[in-house]
Amino acid sequence: MAVMNDLKVFKDSAWLGWQMEANWTDPFLFLTYSIVKPIAGTLILVLMYMVVTGGETGNAFFSYMYVGNAMYMFVAEVLFGVTWVIHDDREHYMTLKQVYIAPMNFYMYIMGRSAIKIAITSFGVLVTLIFGVMALGVDIDLAAVDWPLLAASLVLGLACICILGLALGGVSFLTAKHSIGINEGLAGVFYVLSGVVFPITILPTWAQSVSRILPVTYWMEAIRRAIEPGAMRELADTSGFDVTGMGGISDLTMMLYLLVSVGAFFVMSIGVFRVADYIARKKGKVDWTTAY
Amino acid sequence: MTDSYLMRNLRAVRGRAYPRLIGSTREPSWFVFDVILPLFTIAGYAYVYKFLDARAELIGYVVLGGAMTAFWLNILWSMASQLYWEKEIGNLPLYLMAPISRMSILAGMAVGGLFETTIQAAMTLAIGAIAFNVVFSLASPVMLLVVFVVTMIALYGMGMMFASLYLLLGREAYHLSALMMEPVYFASGFYFPVRHLGFWAAAGASVIPITLGLDALRQIIFPEGIAEDAFLPLNTEIALLSGLCVVFMVLSRYALRYMEYLGKTTGRLTLRWQ
Repeated sequence: MAVMNDLKVFKDSAWLGWQMEANWTDPFLFLTYSIVKPIAGTLILVLMYMVVTGGETGNAFFSYMYVGNAMYMFVAEVLFGVTWVIHDDREHYMTLKQVYIAPMNFYMYIMGRSAIKIAITSFGVLVTLIFGVMALGVDIDLAAVDWPLLAASLVLGLACICILGLALGGVSFLTAKHSIGINEGLAGVFYVLSGVVFPITILPTWAQSVSRILPVTYWMEAIRRAIEPGAMRELADTSGFDVTGMGGISDLTMMLYLLVSVGAFFVMSIGVFRVADYIARKKGKVDWTTAY
Repeated sequence: MTDSYLMRNLRAVRGRAYPRLIGSTREPSWFVFDVILPLFTIAGYAYVYKFLDARAELIGYVVLGGAMTAFWLNILWSMASQLYWEKEIGNLPLYLMAPISRMSILAGMAVGGLFETTIQAAMTLAIGAIAFNVVFSLASPVMLLVVFVVTMIALYGMGMMFASLYLLLGREAYHLSALMMEPVYFASGFYFPVRHLGFWAAAGASVIPITLGLDALRQIIFPEGIAEDAFLPLNTEIALLSGLCVVFMVLSRYALRYMEYLGKTTGRLTLRWQ
C-alpha cells in the first residue's frame, strides 16, 4: 500500500514537473528551447577546439571530448533539477511548506519532479549527439555500440546523480538564494575531475587520485566505451600510453564500482537530507525567502 | 522641490542597493557558492586548452571570461528577473506607489548588484590567475578602468531594460534567463576570442555589451593576442560601448514606462504566478 502511494506521488509530481517545465509556451517554442541550450553549450567547446586546431574535428580526441560533454548534460541538469525543486517551491511559488506537511513521501515528490528533468535532458543529449555525428563527424557507429553496457551504465550513473542531488536538495534548505551556485559548482567539480572533456591524466597527481574516487569518472569512461569503442581504441593507439588513465579497468569492475557508489551515496544522501531537514525546521528555514 | 525629488531618488537608490550590499555580508556562504565553485568550470575549460597545448593567452581568456560570467549571471537573475520577483513577493506595488522615479529602483538594484558582483568576479579572477599562472598586463590601468566602467554601464543598462520586459513575460522570464546563459556564453566568446565566430556573427553578438567589453579587456590585459584574436580596434569598441550605454539607458526608461502603462491597463501588475 505504501509502495502504491509512493508511486502515485512520483507519478503526480512528475506530471506537475512537466506542467511547470512546459506549459508556459507552445510545444514548438519549448522544443526550440530544449535544443538551443544544449547545442550552444556544446558549441562553446567546439569553438575552443577549433581555435586551437584550426577546425580539424575528425579525430579520436574530438569525439572523446564531444561525447563526454554531451553526456555531462545529465550531470549538470539532473543536479540542477533536484535542487531547483526546493528553491522553486520555497522562493518562487512559496508552496514548499504546504508540500512539506502533506501526507506523502517527500523524497518521492522530489524524485518525481526531477524525473521530468531527466526526460527533457535525454532529449537534449540525443539531439546533441545527432548534431555531432551529422555536422562534426563525431565517431559513433550504431552497429558498434555496446548496448548492454550503455544501458547498465546509464541506469547506474543516473541513479548516482539523482541520489547525490537529493543531498544537495537538503543543503538547499539551509542556503539562501545560492541553490543554483551549489549544483553548478558541484557539477563543475565533476566536470574538471571526472575526465568529462579531457583525460584525467592531464591533471596533477593529487587530483587524479580524487578523480579515481568519483563515480562520474567511471560513468563517463563506461559510456564512452559503450558509445564510441572505435574512437577510444584510436585514442589509445595514437597516444601510445594509457591516456585516459582508466585502460586497466574492466567494464565489469566499473559497473561494480558504480553499483557500490549508488549504495554509498544513497546512505550518505539520506543522512545529509535528514540532518539538513532537522536544522531547517529548527531554524525556521523551510518557508523563508531570500530574494534580496 | 527639485532638490527634494533628487534626494528622494538618491535615497531610493541607496535603499534598494542596501539589501544587496548587506545581504552578502549576512550570507557569507556566497563566497563558496559564487567564488570557489565556479572556479571548477573555469578549470575545466582551462584544462581543455592545456591538453590541446594551446597558446598561454587562451587560458588567460578563459579565466577572464569565467570571472565575467558573474556579471552576466547577475544581469539575468538579479536584474532582468528582479522586477518579476518583486511582483511575485509583493514589493512591486509599493515601488509603483512610492513618490520616486522607477529608474531609481532599477539603479539601486544595479549599484548593489554591481558592487557585490565586482568583488565576486575580482576574487574569481585572482584565484584563477594564481591557479593557472596567468600573467596580466597592467600597462594601461586607466584604459582598463574606462573599458570596465563603460561595459558595466551598458550591461546594467541592458539589465534595466530587460527588467521591464521580463515583467511582461510572466513565467517565461525564467526560461528566457535560462536560455540566455550558454547561448550568450557562446555568442559573446566568454571562453574563446569572439573574432573566431566570423565577422558578422561577432558583429551581431556585439549588441550584448559584454561581447565588446570582453574583447576590449582582453586586448588591454593580453596585448600579445591582439593580432590573432582582437575583433575590432580598441577605440572603436570603446566608442561602440559608449553608444550602447546611451541606447540601453534610453530604452530602459521607455520600457519601464511601457511596462507600467501596460501592466496598469491590463491589470497584470499585481497578478502573481501567471
